[in-house]
Amino acid sequence: MAAMPVQARMDISFDLLINAIVAGLLLGGFYAAVTAGVSISFGMLDIVNIAHPGFIILGSYIAYFVNINYGVDPIVVSIIMLPIFFALGAFVYQVYYLSFERRGQESLRGLAFFFGLLFVTEVTLILVFGVDYRYVEASYIGPSLHFGIVDLPLRMLVPCLTALGLFAAIELFITHTFTGRAIMAVSQDQLALQLMAVDPIRIKRIAFGISIATAAVAGALLIIIQPVEPSVGREYIGRVFAICVLGGLGSMPGTLIAALLLGVVESLTATFYGPSWAPAVAFGFLLLTLAFRPAGLLGR
Amino acid sequence: MKAMSTAKFSLTAVAIGALVMAFAHWFHVDYLFFASYTILQFIVLATAWNILGGYCGYVNFGSAAFFALGAYSSVALIKFDAEIDAWFPEGAANVLHHIFPLPIPVLILFGALVSGVVGFGMGYLTLRLRGSFFAIATLAMAVVLQTLIVNWDFVGGSRGAYIIRPDNLEFAGIEINYIEYLFALMLLLAVIALTTARVIERSQLGFGFATIRDDELAAEACGVPTLRLKLIATTLSGAFMGMAGAPFPYYIGYLQPASAFGLEYAVNSIAMPMIGGTTSWIGPLVGAILLGSAQQYATVTISSAVNLLIVGLMLVAFVIIAPNGLIGLVQERLRRKQS
Repeated sequence: MAAMPVQARMDISFDLLINAIVAGLLLGGFYAAVTAGVSISFGMLDIVNIAHPGFIILGSYIAYFVNINYGVDPIVVSIIMLPIFFALGAFVYQVYYLSFERRGQESLRGLAFFFGLLFVTEVTLILVFGVDYRYVEASYIGPSLHFGIVDLPLRMLVPCLTALGLFAAIELFITHTFTGRAIMAVSQDQLALQLMAVDPIRIKRIAFGISIATAAVAGALLIIIQPVEPSVGREYIGRVFAICVLGGLGSMPGTLIAALLLGVVESLTATFYGPSWAPAVAFGFLLLTLAFRPAGLLGR
Repeated sequence: MKAMSTAKFSLTAVAIGALVMAFAHWFHVDYLFFASYTILQFIVLATAWNILGGYCGYVNFGSAAFFALGAYSSVALIKFDAEIDAWFPEGAANVLHHIFPLPIPVLILFGALVSGVVGFGMGYLTLRLRGSFFAIATLAMAVVLQTLIVNWDFVGGSRGAYIIRPDNLEFAGIEINYIEYLFALMLLLAVIALTTARVIERSQLGFGFATIRDDELAAEACGVPTLRLKLIATTLSGAFMGMAGAPFPYYIGYLQPASAFGLEYAVNSIAMPMIGGTTSWIGPLVGAILLGSAQQYATVTISSAVNLLIVGLMLVAFVIIAPNGLIGLVQERLRRKQS
């Protein structure tokens, strides 16, 4: 390094910087898909579903299982799994509603319930698959696109684009359909919704179903990006809630911006300080947001 | 049943503890001490969790982090002792050698201080906002603290740290088996934690906590200083968890981040009060003794993963079916019999 001319050293760190930012944006796109579900359940329905990462890991393992045994593309698997995850989400909400929300006990027991779900999912996966890292096989894992000094690994690009597609679909659904608008309304004024002859519980059930359905896709994307083992989900709890809070609860555009921001900052941290520090970034974001702007970037 | 005075209560608790200890000593089984130490440790953790969770209604998912903070502050002090000669000039080193190595009770106090301060800081940042933010922040904090410890080479980093446990302890000319000493300390901590919880329950502080749990907005409107009370509860709860963790390096002998931040601490300290019952100090005690002994048994006979799964399933089942825990079930039965 010492013998290198100043110009060359500048170029290397500039390359590194640009590539770290690009990698961060790709990662951020993926984070948006991971957070979309929590943005609906926590942001709009006020259900603190800390078990969401557990469902994501479940999605990863289903994608892994089908991919390894039948050679199906993980993203295709996740799309086939959408209705099943939707039904699972609707069922979980029904249990949650009958046991906690109706009795007004969501703050303590509801949280403990979701914590238990997260825990049971993780331990069950450990018992079935063990604690080894698992990964999937697909044609786009490995090759990269090159634009000048910028590398675009397809392993990151494909999940990012899929994630943005998913995100756009949710945003369109929420803003342009009756059910979608009802989901937004249920978070603001449940009584008004009842006066419009809409059953708020049914709307919440649908919304929670959608929220869990996104976990199927997010899980498949996760196992494309990195090898997965059952406890990986816990790392994502801090991330998803940090993004959700930073973006402003219930604001989908805010969530997207916050996800890209976190992706870039994490990628820069990993490049310049080492990857083992990356999980701490999300927590810093979360605490700073809560301390200085609890309403988030685009919060109402 | 007439309510006991606090002094009588703690004396009874000490007497029961001494009985257990004498029993174990008489049989001369070290395993009995090891096993009951774990159960006592869970009694402290569950009681500490319940001070915030059961009395105030705020969920702390970071019990493992507070516990590990206590354990690692001990490790840091023990490692500091080893570096004294390298870091200080001779004069200062000689003075420090008189103080170090610190006795475990001092380590416990130090662990309480560290965990209490962290609890206070977390509470100050998140408790002014909606209730669920605190829960989320504690969950995230556990991951981050683990990252910090893994990256901190001084306390062993991801490789872990070996702590040499002396075989015996000389105290006033009498030699005491070290594991019995640790057991006695944890027993004392359990008595202190239970007595504190019981005192809180019957004091003005406890009534203040209950108003927060039942309706925080109404409490605030009536002039209850809710933020201050919540901060007291968070600090106290965190401090007790740190105390439970401080002797842990000596108990386990080899401490690594994965064991100090173990899932079993996070889930057990929630599951035990929830299954026992959260409204009184008896709940966490009953939950910790039942679940703790069952797990000691199951870890030996089945496997530790299966036994964690059972705890998780029991937690989910209890919050759905028996929201007031075992104590609630018993009270309900008694009430039905009376009427």
